[in-house]
Amino acid sequence: MLYFVARRLVSALSVVLVTLIVTFALFFVAPTDPAGAICGDRNCTQERYNDIKENLHLDQPLVQQFAGYTAGIFAGRTFETAGVKQKCSVPCLGFSFKNDRPVTQMLKERLPVTVSLVAGYAVIVLTIGVFVGSMAAKRRGTLGDRALMSSTLILSSVPYYIVALMISLYLTILYQILPRGGYTPITQNPVAWFTGLLTPWLVLGLYSCTQYARYSRGSMVEALSEDYIRTARAKGLSDRVVTYKHGLRSGMIPVITIFGLDIAGSLSGAIFTERIFDLQGLGNLVLDSLSNYDLPVIMGTVLVSSVILVAMNFLVDIAYSLIDPRVRLS
Amino acid sequence: MTNPANDDAKEVQDSMVETPAGDTAAAKRGPSVATRERRQGSINPSGETPYLVVEDLAVKFPTADGMVSAVNGLSYSVPLGRTLAIVGESGSGKSVSSMAVMGLHDRKRTRITGSIRLGGDEIIGLSENDLMKIRGDAVSMVFQDPQSSLHPLYTIGNQLVEGYRVHHKVSKDVAKKRALEMLDLVGIPNPQRRFSQYPHEFSGGMRQRAMIAMSLINDPKLVIADEPTTALDVTVQAQILDLLNNLQKEFGSAIVLITHDLGVVAEMADDVLVMYAGRCVEYGTAEDVLANPRMPYTWGLLESIPTVSSANEKLRPIKGLPPSLLNLPDGCSFNPRCPYKDRVKGELCTTQLPDLLPVDGAGAHTSRCHLRDKASIYEAEVAPRLG
Repeated sequence: MLYFVARRLVSALSVVLVTLIVTFALFFVAPTDPAGAICGDRNCTQERYNDIKENLHLDQPLVQQFAGYTAGIFAGRTFETAGVKQKCSVPCLGFSFKNDRPVTQMLKERLPVTVSLVAGYAVIVLTIGVFVGSMAAKRRGTLGDRALMSSTLILSSVPYYIVALMISLYLTILYQILPRGGYTPITQNPVAWFTGLLTPWLVLGLYSCTQYARYSRGSMVEALSEDYIRTARAKGLSDRVVTYKHGLRSGMIPVITIFGLDIAGSLSGAIFTERIFDLQGLGNLVLDSLSNYDLPVIMGTVLVSSVILVAMNFLVDIAYSLIDPRVRLS
Repeated sequence: MTNPANDDAKEVQDSMVETPAGDTAAAKRGPSVATRERRQGSINPSGETPYLVVEDLAVKFPTADGMVSAVNGLSYSVPLGRTLAIVGESGSGKSVSSMAVMGLHDRKRTRITGSIRLGGDEIIGLSENDLMKIRGDAVSMVFQDPQSSLHPLYTIGNQLVEGYRVHHKVSKDVAKKRALEMLDLVGIPNPQRRFSQYPHEFSGGMRQRAMIAMSLINDPKLVIADEPTTALDVTVQAQILDLLNNLQKEFGSAIVLITHDLGVVAEMADDVLVMYAGRCVEYGTAEDVLANPRMPYTWGLLESIPTVSSANEKLRPIKGLPPSLLNLPDGCSFNPRCPYKDRVKGELCTTQLPDLLPVDGAGAHTSRCHLRDKASIYEAEVAPRLG
């Protein structure tokens, strides 16, 4: 088991390294002109342009730039804007000259919002989604099963942002059934944190629940038709134990695999959710940064998101091996 | 081959009643007067009091193409300590009928009529909750493929402990002790280590031993073994059969062995029931059925066994395929494949379903065939071919 974890960890870290190189290449090797973007169109003298280039270390060769960027993550570095030295402490992901702040600081504010959002999402899809799917699998062929499955199909054929906008409009603004969205740090006030995120969670979670219910139903139908389910029944176990212990344990495996892949999707779903419910998370940050061409922030966000993604997939792999002992062998 | 299981079984039966546990269990499942009277009609070739009595069992289920009669008018009985082998091709209804005994059929889709009695108590019509108490406790099952029948994600120990604790309110430690005992009993070396291993860490034979340990952990009165050796290596098959034989002597259970392997039948069975297209076509003691079969289908089964001495001969399969259960042929179900139907006068074979009748006018050996001179045909034509 330890060996398995170590191996997964090594592969996860190498993915992060590759992401780092690719992101860096995308933004600095591609025909973009960060200094020009920062300098702006008006009042951009050649002198000022060169100054920015130097302060951003953009005059150095690419390899050196990359080394500087990477070293900054582990050791921190300093930038200079308008003659003022800015310390960018570990882990330094660059410096946003647009906002005059280190990127890390900005991300630190935004990250908890998105993480809270995605965590709530994960809890909802993995409990309600899986449970509903298992129930449908257990009662497959009945009216309830068919009604459930066709309604999930209808719901998932409406684009997510429309559902989210409608719910936001009708349930939080016109009829104030659900609390308006808003973020309060959990350390400050857990109750406010919960109520502020409740509506975004429900919208993001319940929408995807329909798909998770479908996946779970499929894999549970398959799991419940296995021979060992018959054995479990032959032992005299109750239907509930057979379904939710013996069946679910096998049925969860494909669902968890999909969940690992879906984390990326849920991050992009978070962009809509944050916009619609006005949560200042990574999604909103990246949208703002894109519109004002704040390259260091975009790059930092991409890097952090990819690290989150890799970390989640690492956790999924571990969960996978805990559920299925045979995975540890290969 | 002589089979001493009979006498041993009686002893075991007696000794079981003496133990307090057996006493209370017997009292719990003790037959009422009414069922005792009904039981008089049940037949067993040995003449012993049977534990499992199946009478006129019919299993039907609707499919998209119509109602399938998987089992029709099936009757048999098995006393404690005795082994009944149910023989037949795939789709002959042998597995379906035993699933019904376990109550493992799909309750919503399957229609079951007739009577299944365990120790005198009717189980057809019991609620799911009542059936759950019987399953794995009084009746347990050994499945064909231990690879797929054991849960791949739970340790062997976990699965055994679970099986024991469903029916016994004991702590995990007590159950573990029992599980280790069972693993040892079925000949799994180093039970302590094996206990915490997963099925994929076991070999095929060891897995089936574990499966048997699991099915016997609650000391069942009836074990249904559904082709327990089909998925195993030939060398391991004999070991597993020996194990079942020995354990039966120790536990005194009745065994219903479902198989299509007549070699297994010869080794294990006290009684044999041959099924074809959902019906019993021949039923009697193993000696009667194997040495003096009285039904062309049984002859066909026996002839189709390749022997070592006939290495240069062609295989002699039963020609044709089993009929669709949706659309059984008129008359005897076997008539389209029967090489002897010309010997019966008129259209009897194709128009009238033969009754299951005693082969010699009386006695327990019965067969379902219109042929008048079954004995002489067998002696003159079939027996010589069997070598």
